[in-house]
Order: sequence, then structure tokens, then C-alpha cells
Amino acid sequence: MKVKEIEKFNLEETAINIQNANLYYGSFQALKDINMQIKKGEITAFIGPSGCGKSTLLKCLNRMNDLVENCKIEGKFEIGGRDIYAQGMMLQMLRKNVGMVFQKPNPFPMSVYDNITYAPRLYGIRDKSTLNEIVEKSLKGAAMWNELKDRLNKSALALSGGQQQRLCIARALSVDPQILLMDEPTSALDPISTGKIEELCSSLKENVTIVMVTHNMQQAARVSDKTGFFLLGELIEFDETENIFSNPQKEQTERYITGRFG
Amino acid sequence: MENSLDNNLMRLKTEFAKMCRIAESMLEEANALLIKADKEKALEVVKKDKLVDDAEMDIEHGCMRLLLRNQPFAKDFRDISCLLKAITDVERIGDQSADIAGIVPCLSGKIKIKSIIDMGKLAVEMVRSSCSSLINEDIELAEKTQVLDDDMDRLFDKALGEIVDVIKESSEHAREVAELLMIAKYYERIGDHAVNICEWAQFGNTGIHKKTQ
Repeated sequence: MKVKEIEKFNLEETAINIQNANLYYGSFQALKDINMQIKKGEITAFIGPSGCGKSTLLKCLNRMNDLVENCKIEGKFEIGGRDIYAQGMMLQMLRKNVGMVFQKPNPFPMSVYDNITYAPRLYGIRDKSTLNEIVEKSLKGAAMWNELKDRLNKSALALSGGQQQRLCIARALSVDPQILLMDEPTSALDPISTGKIEELCSSLKENVTIVMVTHNMQQAARVSDKTGFFLLGELIEFDETENIFSNPQKEQTERYITGRFG
Repeated sequence: MENSLDNNLMRLKTEFAKMCRIAESMLEEANALLIKADKEKALEVVKKDKLVDDAEMDIEHGCMRLLLRNQPFAKDFRDISCLLKAITDVERIGDQSADIAGIVPCLSGKIKIKSIIDMGKLAVEMVRSSCSSLINEDIELAEKTQVLDDDMDRLFDKALGEIVDVIKESSEHAREVAELLMIAKYYERIGDHAVNICEWAQFGNTGIHKKTQ
């Protein structure tokens, strides 16, 4: 099966539709009746204190919780109108179209080139020139082609933390995803690398819908179009980012973003 | 939970209240000079303008520092934005009060135009209420004060009519009535600044600014 043969989601204006979502880890309820619609081509930030459920919700969007023991998920998670938890949903199709970048850069212990071509190869692409094109396109998409074009055969582990994280974004872009989930993508990075990744997000959003978990309020305010504030598993407020940070409607949101929580 | 942002913001608000009080007293004194045609004390009012200018610089610097260091959000962000905007209006009120006082020595005192005196009284009321609405976060007072601007505009039109009548009667006092016309315009502008302050008071509380709706 080649990348181009894997079906894409038919994303309308609403890319992701979450309805009455509940998630339990055993008897602990981590998500409580979440309802939200995420628009195509926007950057959506999830904010909230540790343990509020934002990463849990993010992981639901490409079924990363499937293998977690005692995890029970209720409600509807639709991407492009398709229920991603329905029987017959191909995980390969879901994970190709919904990429993920984690908090800590996690390049494979192999060359830059092999990191990026790993997934395309997995999906059956063998043609060298096609792979070369994918590498160039992905690295350009992650704004690091000029930095790495002469070091494609070097180990990815020799790159700096910021470069490794952007390489992971490039790797995620290698299979042309429609949605990119980012779980605190810059929390381990210095301000310059953070700035580069934020710029990258802004340039990617034309083609990729981005959902980002962040603990950095300024980052959410800088890069996102919409922001959702979570507390104890509930979505307290979800609105335009400018409204959330200048005039939140819920007292809990106000207290959290002004640092008066607790 | 109190933090340094709370303390610093409180301090800036106190400074702002003091700045308002000085500008307001300048306006009251300029009005009194105009009524009595008192030339001696005009300079005192003009000198006070420096206090208002200095207060503006201090508050502006304090607000900038809070923006830089705390990167505030929500009500904190709105409060600091309000202060930054409102100090410009209060500073202009101080300038225009000094300008009015500065004109008084040029007047003979023979020409009295009642509407201008009324404008002065109304200007004091508008400045006092607008500053109070922002300091005390009183939206109702802000709304009431804004309505007074219509009275100010009517008084300005009336004063203009009275000035034209004086000119028609005799050209002897042409220079003096021209000065009085400037004073009327200053009062009218002070009314506009008071309205601006009220609008910032509303933004601070509601997050909605009238002009951006």
C-alpha cells in the first residue's frame, strides 16, 4: 500500500467534532462530557493545569489510549464526519492523517534521511526519487531543509534539541497528515527553537489543522486561533484565543490565566 | 492569592487617582480665574501641568514594566491597557486647563459669556465623574457621564452664537472673543477626553470598547 493510496478524511469546515466525550482510567474519570468542534485550518490550543485532561483528550484524537489498560471511552469523536472509534476504522488511515508530536523530541536512532522516510517506506514507497522528494518537501515544510540538506546521512541524535523536535515535525509531515497533534511541543526547548516551531505552526496551518497542548500561556496567546481551558477533566471555556486571554467569561479561566488559581 | 502584579497595579491605580485629582484641580482653578479674570494666579495653574506630565510618565513606565515582566491576561491586561490609554486623556485635560489659564491674562474681563462659564462647570463634573468611574470601576457612572457630552456640545453651540452676537455688536473686543472661543473649544475637547476615559472604564470592566463594537 502506498501513501497516496491511503484514503484521506473529507474535512469540511469542522475538522474534528467531539460530542459528549467521557474517558475513564479504571474508576477515575479523566474527561467529563466534553463537547467541542475544531475548525479546519486553525490552530487550537488546550490549556489547563497538570492532570486536567488536555493531553488525554489530545491522545483520543488518534486513538493513542487504545492500548492503555482499563481505559474506557464514551461519546463521539468524529474527524471529517467519520467516527474514529467506529468498527472498521483503519488505524493506519487514522494515524497517517492525524500525526503527533510529543513533548520530548524522539527521533529514531538513525539518520535524518531514514527518520523521514521511515513512515513512507512503511506505507510501501520504495522509489528512491519519490523518497528524496518526500525528504526535501518534509524538511522544507519544517523550515530546516537549508540546515540539514548536507547532513541527511548524519545521525538524528547528533542534532540539537530544537532541531530534533523540528525533525520530528518533519517526520510527521512526511506522510502528508491533515491534522497534527502537538503535546507541549516546545516545553523542552530554548526560546529560539520555540520561536521557530511557533512560526512553523503558523505556516503549516494553511494545510494542516493543528491541536496543541501547552502550559505556556503566552504561546497559546501567540500562535492559536482558538483556546480551550480544561479543569479537572471538564472543558470550562472554549473560544477565540483573543477572547479567552482578554475577556474570559468564566471565573475559573480568569483565575488560571492570571496565575491566581488555587 | 495576592501577587506582585496586584500590588503594582494597585500602586499605579493610586498614582492615577492622584494624577486625576491634580488635573481636576487645575481645571477648577482655571475656571475660577476665568470667572474672576484673575491674572496673578494663572502662572500657578500653568506650572502644575508639569506634575500631570510627570505622573503620566511614571504611570506609563509602570504599565510598560508590568506588560514586560508579567505579560498579563484578562482583567489585569484590561486594567493596564485602560491606565495606559486614560493617562493620555488626563494629560491632555491638564494641558488644556493650563491653556485656559494661560489665556486669562490676555482677557480684559469686560466680556462675559455665560455659556462658556457653564461649559467650565460641566467640564469639571465630567472630568471628576469619568476619573471616578475608572478608578472605582463604576460602569453606571461612566454611562451617565458620557451622556453629559451632548450637553457640552449644546453649550458650545450656544457659546458660539453668543460670541457671534458680541462680534456683530462691535469689533472692539474682536481679539478677546477670539480668545474666548478658544477657551470654549478647550472645554469642549475636555468633555471629549472625559468620554474617552469613560469608554476605557467600560472596557476595563466588560472587555468591550464602544468604538470597537
